[in-house]
Amino acid sequence: MCRLRVYRMLNNEPEKNATLRRSLYSVLGLVLMVLLFWASYANSKFAPKSKDFWEYIATTSIDKWLNNWPKWLDMPLQPWANSGLDWLVINYGIYFDMVNDFILSLVISIKDILTYVPWPLVILGVCLLTWFVSGKKRGTTLLVTLCMFFIGFLSPKFWDKALETTSIMLIAIFICLLVGIPTAIWMSRSARVRNAILPVLDLMQTIPSFCYLIPGIMLFGLGAVPAIIATVIYAMPPLIRLTDLGIRLVDEEIIEAADSFGASSKQKLWAIQIPLAMPNIMQGINQCTMMALAMVVIASMIGTRGLGDEVLLGLQQLNVGRALEAGIAIVLLAIVLDRITQAYGDRIQERTH
Amino acid sequence: MAIIELNNVYKIFGSQPNQVLELVRGGMGKEEVLDRTGHTVGLNNVSIAMEEGKTSVVMGLSGSGKSTLIRHVNRLIDPTAGEILVDGTNVMGLDEDQLMAFRRHKMSMVFQRFGLFPHKTVVQNVAFGLEVQGVSLPERTAKAIENIEIVGLKGFEEQYPTQLSGGMQQRVGLARALTTNPDILLMDEAFSALDPLIRSGMQGQLIELQKTLHKTILFITHDLDEALRLGDQIAILNHGELVQNGTAEEIILNPADDYVADFVKDINKSKVIRAQTIMEQASGYVGDVAVESLPKVDVDQVVNDLLPIMLESHSPLAVTDTSGDIVGVVTNKGVTATLWQ
Repeated sequence: MCRLRVYRMLNNEPEKNATLRRSLYSVLGLVLMVLLFWASYANSKFAPKSKDFWEYIATTSIDKWLNNWPKWLDMPLQPWANSGLDWLVINYGIYFDMVNDFILSLVISIKDILTYVPWPLVILGVCLLTWFVSGKKRGTTLLVTLCMFFIGFLSPKFWDKALETTSIMLIAIFICLLVGIPTAIWMSRSARVRNAILPVLDLMQTIPSFCYLIPGIMLFGLGAVPAIIATVIYAMPPLIRLTDLGIRLVDEEIIEAADSFGASSKQKLWAIQIPLAMPNIMQGINQCTMMALAMVVIASMIGTRGLGDEVLLGLQQLNVGRALEAGIAIVLLAIVLDRITQAYGDRIQERTH
Repeated sequence: MAIIELNNVYKIFGSQPNQVLELVRGGMGKEEVLDRTGHTVGLNNVSIAMEEGKTSVVMGLSGSGKSTLIRHVNRLIDPTAGEILVDGTNVMGLDEDQLMAFRRHKMSMVFQRFGLFPHKTVVQNVAFGLEVQGVSLPERTAKAIENIEIVGLKGFEEQYPTQLSGGMQQRVGLARALTTNPDILLMDEAFSALDPLIRSGMQGQLIELQKTLHKTILFITHDLDEALRLGDQIAILNHGELVQNGTAEEIILNPADDYVADFVKDINKSKVIRAQTIMEQASGYVGDVAVESLPKVDVDQVVNDLLPIMLESHSPLAVTDTSGDIVGVVTNKGVTATLWQ
């Protein structure tokens, strides 16, 4: 309650406190830089032995400094990350194992269900799903059904593998939705949260997947789980961005109208903002799905079975045909998932605009 | 009794409104403030009181601050300085929950571009005010249907707003505002986006509704004809400042400055000025004719209605009030003196 009051006070008189806040941040930033320099100096094997700083400056030629980045100006992130990871594995390894087992059991149960059902029924199920989700569109349903059929037609052993890939992806997408949509809703409400999370999203999208795959393997072992984690990290940002955008793009006048009738934030969110943001949210889910499929091959490199496996084997054996077949199967799977999510999004858009 | 009071309200848009406020209080004009500080003066020391049960119109051109003003009443915008009282309550003193309750029960708003929810049907839109209050679905649907009928949209309950024309959409907006049965109706240029015929029809409908409902209406417009037709009291804003506040006749007959005079110069005065304003003292006889034998007209009849009677009877008219007593006479001189100054 008190915190809320302080927050409101800070926001009601932004002028007075803006300069205070800015100087506070600058001071903190400065302190952080000094700490880092000190850490790099202390850690460095190349730190000058001389205790006297000025003597060191006098004796070293500036030339040497300027031609190469000084070796002692090296932020010790490497040793920190390694020791941090070791600490995690040693002390909390058991919890990671539990998470691993849990998620793996989910993946296996879904895969078992899908492969247990006879394949014509699966194709029929997908056909019916598309039919109703797209609002009874014949073209889309035909396309999706054909694609689904061709996955098996390309090579019979692809069927089970495709279902395995699908089950992994479904878990990954579910986690993305579970974490991503609340995050996006939070971001849309507060500019501060948004500014804090956006750089994190940038990081998630640009950092090479192996940088977080390796720690993932160290914590969870080889298999589906690190792949799912990698997929979530890669596929969640577009979902978050599009959901946040969708909510923010709802017409200001409509929000004003909702406010003028005394709607609470919760009522506004569920009755007005999310329904009107649905086309963007569905687009976000669609993009999330596509990015997740893009991770399939990478996932196979760390022991996940599925279609990616086939591509990898094809590459390793220089069996172009095999890799091509598997690649096309992945594309077909992508089309199936894309069309279903896209069709649902289009239908919502028709209704609301 | 004043149900809405704005006392010395200032609104300045920008990053440092409080600092600029001192400049404005010192007498700096809107343009100078914009040049020097980049801040926009929305409202400059506006004080208005609005009577309960009456239609108060706030009028002005674009940028005069009228939309800003109306949004202060339900606190969609917070003032930089000044007091806003609604039914005695200081709107700025309300906390979040109280403000929500205020907006739910005391007032409703109708918007220029309708503000309807495109994903909800007409009946869902109209019932929204009650939905927010937590009223059950059957009850609020029944009330919504009642109000849909009042505005003349029976049969369109299950349509979506995009399927309706502009006039129909605004009627949905009006029904939505009426459904919560608020004391105060805030109408922000509600008819400005409609074509002239529909606009005239909606104005007429509003006047009719007022006869039975007697709500306090705060109506914003830039159209002088609309203001004169609807407003019991008219306030004119210019660049955020209140220039004149009075009845239609006062504004036409005694414009406060050149700005107002310019505004009203092309108005057909005969449609606004009433018998009461131009009548002279009755003293039993006018010339050699007894006042009682003159054709009788009502105090509230406009000159436009009196003229045909005068021209036909070639005589002055006796003006009677609601109880039938003669309170004055209207003569040729009275008419020409007032209308053609």
